[in-house]
Amino acid sequence: MTLNLFYFLSFLAIMSAIMVVLSKNPVYSVLYLIITFFCIAGHYMLMNAQFLAIVHIIVYAGAIMVLFLYVIMLLNLNKESEPHKSTLQKIAATICAGLVMIVLVGSLKGTEGMIQQQPAAADIGLVKALGKVMFTKFLLPFEITSVLLLAAMVGAVMLGKPEKR
Amino acid sequence: MIKTIPLDYYLWLAATLFTIGVLGVLYRRNAIIIFMCIELMLNAVNLLLVAFSTYLNDASGQVFVFFIMAVAAAEVAVGLAILVMMYRNTKSVDINILNRLKW
Repeated sequence: MTLNLFYFLSFLAIMSAIMVVLSKNPVYSVLYLIITFFCIAGHYMLMNAQFLAIVHIIVYAGAIMVLFLYVIMLLNLNKESEPHKSTLQKIAATICAGLVMIVLVGSLKGTEGMIQQQPAAADIGLVKALGKVMFTKFLLPFEITSVLLLAAMVGAVMLGKPEKR
Repeated sequence: MIKTIPLDYYLWLAATLFTIGVLGVLYRRNAIIIFMCIELMLNAVNLLLVAFSTYLNDASGQVFVFFIMAVAAAEVAVGLAILVMMYRNTKSVDINILNRLKW
């Protein structure tokens, strides 16, 4: 049952990820990417990481993808304005990605029994356990993240301002 | 219930998603799609971090994923602001037009 769910979610994630690359209309790409993100959130649920699953949906599907969609509509991009590479460049890109895949497969092959599985502790993905780690061991990075977000916000506002002539 | 799925299945899934992200970056000319494929690659890495963290019973991996999400959000906000500014100047999101970095 769990394995079937894994196969279904993986298949859906990979197919919609391919459609992100192949679809002609940028708006469809965004919608397919949202499907991929929901599948990844499903994988987090399968792995008992409930907190991350919820955060993933809120941050990615809720915030980042809306930002993408908003920019695409703001710039009025559609199928007609879509730039395309030549067929030769597309073939070269596919071959290069295939080479990356071969490298990854080659480096990951034979790692199958190397991970010693620990006895199950089902609660590490819950808010309580994660919060304890985040606010003790990772307190300083957590605070620095807030500075990063502030800097990003200021930067985005500065860049978005119309230039004075 | 998670232990019924071998860890290496997640390795293969994450590797495939990462490769699709690389393919998208090389295949498309629309800068916004390239951004989305970078997000896809980040998510493949996130998935792998969560898988290892669950299988090794170490919560640190999931905290890293949380930080990666924060960095990704910041990156997207600044990146899209840059794209909008470039569109204002060149009326295009084609990376072949943006490759000179000045005009």
